[in-house]
Amino acid sequence: MDYLLTEEQIMIRDLARQIAKEKIKPVAAQYDVEGTFPWDMVKVMADSDLFGIYVEEKYGGTGGGSMELVLAVEELSKACGGISLALAATALGTYPIMLFGTDEQKQKYLPDLAKGKKLAAFALTEAGAGSDAAAVATTAEKKGDHYVLNGTKQWITNGGEAEVYTVVASVDRKKGARGAACFIVEKGTPGFEFGKKEDKMGIRASATRELVFTDCKIPKENLLGKEGGGFIVAMKTFDQSRPGVAAQALGIAQGALDLTLDYVKERKQFGKAIASFQGVQFMLADIATEIEAARALIYATARMVDSGAKKIAKDSAIAKLFASDMAMKVTTDCVQLFGGYGYMRDYPIEKYMRDAKITQIYEGTNQIQRAIIASNLLKDRVS
Amino acid sequence: MNIIVCIKQVPDTTEVRIDPETNTLIRSGVECIINPFDMYAIEEGIRLKEKFGGKVSVVTMGPPQAEDALREAISLGADEAVLISDRAFAGSDTWATSYTLSKAVQKAGDYDLVICGKQAIDGDTAQVGPGISAHLDIPQVTYVKKIEEVDAEKRHMRVERMTEEGYEIIESPLPCLITVVKEINEPRLPSLKGKMRAKKAEIKKWGAKDLNVDPDLIGLNGSPTKVLKIFTPQPRGKGQILEGDAKEVSEKLVELLRSEVL
Repeated sequence: MDYLLTEEQIMIRDLARQIAKEKIKPVAAQYDVEGTFPWDMVKVMADSDLFGIYVEEKYGGTGGGSMELVLAVEELSKACGGISLALAATALGTYPIMLFGTDEQKQKYLPDLAKGKKLAAFALTEAGAGSDAAAVATTAEKKGDHYVLNGTKQWITNGGEAEVYTVVASVDRKKGARGAACFIVEKGTPGFEFGKKEDKMGIRASATRELVFTDCKIPKENLLGKEGGGFIVAMKTFDQSRPGVAAQALGIAQGALDLTLDYVKERKQFGKAIASFQGVQFMLADIATEIEAARALIYATARMVDSGAKKIAKDSAIAKLFASDMAMKVTTDCVQLFGGYGYMRDYPIEKYMRDAKITQIYEGTNQIQRAIIASNLLKDRVS
Repeated sequence: MNIIVCIKQVPDTTEVRIDPETNTLIRSGVECIINPFDMYAIEEGIRLKEKFGGKVSVVTMGPPQAEDALREAISLGADEAVLISDRAFAGSDTWATSYTLSKAVQKAGDYDLVICGKQAIDGDTAQVGPGISAHLDIPQVTYVKKIEEVDAEKRHMRVERMTEEGYEIIESPLPCLITVVKEINEPRLPSLKGKMRAKKAEIKKWGAKDLNVDPDLIGLNGSPTKVLKIFTPQPRGKGQILEGDAKEVSEKLVELLRSEVL
């Protein structure tokens, strides 16, 4: 389908497609097995300017937005949903600075992030605070001209590899969600250490670690937004970033379909290619239909986000929910079409199913997405 | 350091088919790419520029659509690009092509180094690079796999030249012409900013008049090569693999040689 992309968007899509095909695809299986961080691929993406596609030109980017990020993440995820996450998770960690940073904070951090010289990470989740984001137990105590952070963040994507962290902590635990604040914390700050690297089911090329803060002193200039505004920072960030996760799911699904199309034409049973059987053809048609529906929804959402629309929470949740559920279903069906071979690690398709699963869970579980969608539906109907 | 890279746009041979009637390439519908060996030449030129400053100019001779190859070179980091295109150049063989390109190199201005890929994947002659250096009357080093040192002040360079047995170390004064092999580097991918620059870049277009070429030395008339016939060689017969230990195999081999060849 022709989505009437601009010339620049086509350039971004083609460039990301080339990187995925020529650079990422040959190494995806190896990174999946080893679970090491793909720094060489980060460099390729950085040298091609992909880290700056959603950052304003005056801060070193190329001035695109959500749509540009979506196109790149989709293409990269076709080859590997884990490697693409180095870029997507950096965007997630960068959005709080872009949305709530002062000009000074933007000048200080955005140029290196837009060039891919440094990676970013966003840290909200804790052992006791996941879907219930207001239950954050990490504290930030103001002492003179700095804050002192204490607590542990869990399952932080890009954790340990990123240089710049946007961290949600509570300045007043009694106030719950209204007591939260968001801070920029640089790697190497005394009192800021990393826990063990998690051994994950999928997206294994992506690093997931604990962040441990022990009397970690950060200057008060590193407060993003205002005290008590941390929860808003987190929610607005997710509203922006959800089309990106949706695009990751979309790319994983499309990548799985592409592999499956090749396979069904080659695999022979009963003397002919299994692609000649209507039962297989109908599955392929359903897969393609669901992928295209997700793509149309994601692109429409990204364009709405880029238009500067204020109320984007519901639609951004819809895109994330639909695309990630679609990706899980599609990749499961693709494994089915590969039959017994699909279940074997020697074949690339099972990785897509493992990679797809996380998109239903992170950046807000799909149950939370449904809660967001429903609460907006009901609220809008009353007013 | 001013570097001129000569490139060629070729059909992507991974997709090329041969017309069984005429024995020529079926070009229609086949994507055109920069000759892969020229990608190494462009990359080496850009690396030298990044190290020593100066500029990289890319030159190609071909039909108007060869402009796409030049824009791609700019997206990779080349500074300027020239398209040598004229009906009068049609039918050029390697002699006429290298003569024409040498004129373009001269017109392009002061240069320290000319870089070409070792050969093009469509013609496979490996003659155009050396031909340019002969017409320019400058030294040439073919099959370069590494540039060891460039001394811009003393105006010389030292390179490693690949041979079948190993490599030779060769020193040459500048300016000179080198042709490069794939071992020399790993070409980069374009950058987004490079692609944007390439889209807007002005591509110079020079024809026969601009180059002040001798009309008897260009195009079909200036080409001493005459193609008499194109044919697909017969595939070689199937080989025979002898099995067993060394003694058995050598005895069998001697027997076979005696009975069939000698």
